[in-house]
Amino acid sequence: MIEGFVALYIFMLAAFTGYEIISKVPVILHTPLMSGSNFVHGIVLVGTMVALGHAATPLEQLVGFIAVILAAGNAVGGYVVTERMLEMFKTSNKGDK
Amino acid sequence: MGLVMTVINIAYFIAAILFIVGLKQMASPTTARRGIVWAGIGMVLATVVTFAHPEVQGTVNYLLIILGIAIGGGLAWWSGRKVAMTDMPQMIALYNGMGGGAAAGIGAIYLLQADPETASNVILTIAVLGSLIGSVAFSGSMVAFAKLQGLMDKTVHFPAQQWVNLGLFAVTVLLGLSLALSGGDVNNFVLLLFFMLALAFGVLMTLPIGGADMPVVISLYNALTGLAVGFKGLVLDNPALMIAGIVVGAAGTLLTQLMAKAMNRKISNVLFKQFGGSSGAEAEAVGGSLKPIEASDAGIMMAFASKVIIVPGYGMAVAQAQHKIWELTQLLIDRDVAVKFAIHPVAGRMPGHMNVLLAEAGVPYDIIYDLDEINNEFKTADVAIVIGANDVVNPVARTDPDSPIYGMPILNADQAKNVIVIKRGRGAGFSGIENHLFYADNTRMLYGDGQKAASELIHAIKEIG
Repeated sequence: MIEGFVALYIFMLAAFTGYEIISKVPVILHTPLMSGSNFVHGIVLVGTMVALGHAATPLEQLVGFIAVILAAGNAVGGYVVTERMLEMFKTSNKGDK
Repeated sequence: MGLVMTVINIAYFIAAILFIVGLKQMASPTTARRGIVWAGIGMVLATVVTFAHPEVQGTVNYLLIILGIAIGGGLAWWSGRKVAMTDMPQMIALYNGMGGGAAAGIGAIYLLQADPETASNVILTIAVLGSLIGSVAFSGSMVAFAKLQGLMDKTVHFPAQQWVNLGLFAVTVLLGLSLALSGGDVNNFVLLLFFMLALAFGVLMTLPIGGADMPVVISLYNALTGLAVGFKGLVLDNPALMIAGIVVGAAGTLLTQLMAKAMNRKISNVLFKQFGGSSGAEAEAVGGSLKPIEASDAGIMMAFASKVIIVPGYGMAVAQAQHKIWELTQLLIDRDVAVKFAIHPVAGRMPGHMNVLLAEAGVPYDIIYDLDEINNEFKTADVAIVIGANDVVNPVARTDPDSPIYGMPILNADQAKNVIVIKRGRGAGFSGIENHLFYADNTRMLYGDGQKAASELIHAIKEIG
C-alpha cells in the first residue's frame, strides 16, 4: 500500500512534471499533443485488467469486461491517430517532396 | 514483495519514464514522432507484465481480458486507421471518453467489492471522486463526439439550464459523499443512482456548448480523464496509473488554458456562457456590397502578383481542397510569385489542426507561418486568398467592441492590396457574425466549392502559360 503522504508527493511531482512538459509547446503541436496525452492515459487499461482480474461476481465481471474494452479503445485508438498525425510532420519536415 | 511483483514494478517504473520522456518529445516537432513510439513501447510493456499480476486470477477473467482487449483494441485500430484527418478532433474525444468510462468502471468494481472490515474512507472518497470525474469525462466526451460528427444538434438550451445542472451536480456529490463515508457498506442502489446522475451531468454540461468551443472542452475532458486515471492508480495501489494519470491531468489542464488563450476565450465562459448568443448588442451595419469575381480574372491577378498570402480555414478542409491549393501554390512559385500560408491559431477545429491538414497535402513547413510571424506582411502582399476561413479574418474583432469576437487576434487579410475570398455561399461564419471583410472595397468574392474554385484558378493560370 502506498502510504498517504507518499501518494501525495507522487501526485505533486507528477503534476509539476506534466506542467513543465507542456509549457513551451508550439501551437502547431497542440492537436497532436492532446492526442498523445490522450494515449498516455490509456494506461488505465492496466488498471482495468487488474480490476477485472479479481472480479468475483458476474456483475463485477460485466463491468470489468466493458471497462477493459473501453480502456483498450483508449490506448489503441489514441496511439493510432497520434502516430498518423505525427507521421505527416515527419515527411513535411524533410521539406519539399 | 515477491519476485514477480518486483519485475512488474520495475516494468511499471520503466513505462512511467517512457511516458514522460515520450510526452516531452511530442512537445517538439523534430522529435514528436519518436515520442509517440516511446510512449507506445511503455504501454505495451506495462500491459504485458500485468498478465502476470498476482491479483489477476481465474481462467474466465483471463479470457475476458484478452477478449476485451481484442474487441476494444481491434475496433479502435480499425476506426483510427480509417478516419479522415478532418475528423480527428471527434475521434480524440471518442477515445478520451472511453478512457474516462474505463476509470469509472474501475471505481464501480472497487465500490462493489468494498469490504467494511478493511475499507478506508480516504480510499473510498478517492474512488468516488475518480468515478465521478471519469463518468463526466465519458458522457461529456460522447456528446462532444456526437456534436462534431454531426449526429446531433449543435447546441441545446432550455430555461434555467444552469440551475438544473447545478442542482444535478449537487445531488450527485451528495450521493457520492454518502458512498465515500459508508465505511465500505455500499448500497448498490445508491451506487447505481450515483453513476446514472454523474453520466447525466456530463451530458447536460456539454449540451449547451457550441461547436467552436469544442476543442477547449475536449481538451478539458482529456485532462479530467487523466485525473480520474491518477485517482484510480491510488485506489489500485498502482504507481504507473498514478504518475501517467496525473502527468496527463496537469499537462492537459495547461494545454486547455493555452488553447483557450489562442481562441481568446475564458474557460469559465466556454463552460457557462453561450457563444455569441443573443447578446442584444446590434451589430454594426455593414457598408458596401459583395463583389463577385470570375476565376479567370482572379487567376490573372494572382499570376502577375509578386507576393500572395493564402489564408486557409476549416472550409478548405471540408471541401478537401488542400491538395488543389498546394498544386496552385506550386504553379505560382514556378512563376516566381512568393507564396506564404498564414495560419490562425484556431484555424481548423483545434489549434494545430490546419497544420496537420496542410502537412497531409504535402505543403512544406517553411512556407507556413503563424499569426504573429505573418500579420505585418499582409500590408506588402498583392493578393490575400481567403479560402474557407471566416471569423479569423473578420476585422470587427479589431474595430467593434460590441462584437462577440471583439479582441480575438485575427489575421489582417484586409490590409492586402487585393483580397479574394473563396466561399461556397453567402452565409455567415461559425459564430454567425457578418464578416465586414467580405464587403470591403478591395475584396472580391469567388463563389463556389473550394476544390472546384481551386481547380478553376489552376486552369486560369495555366491558360496564361
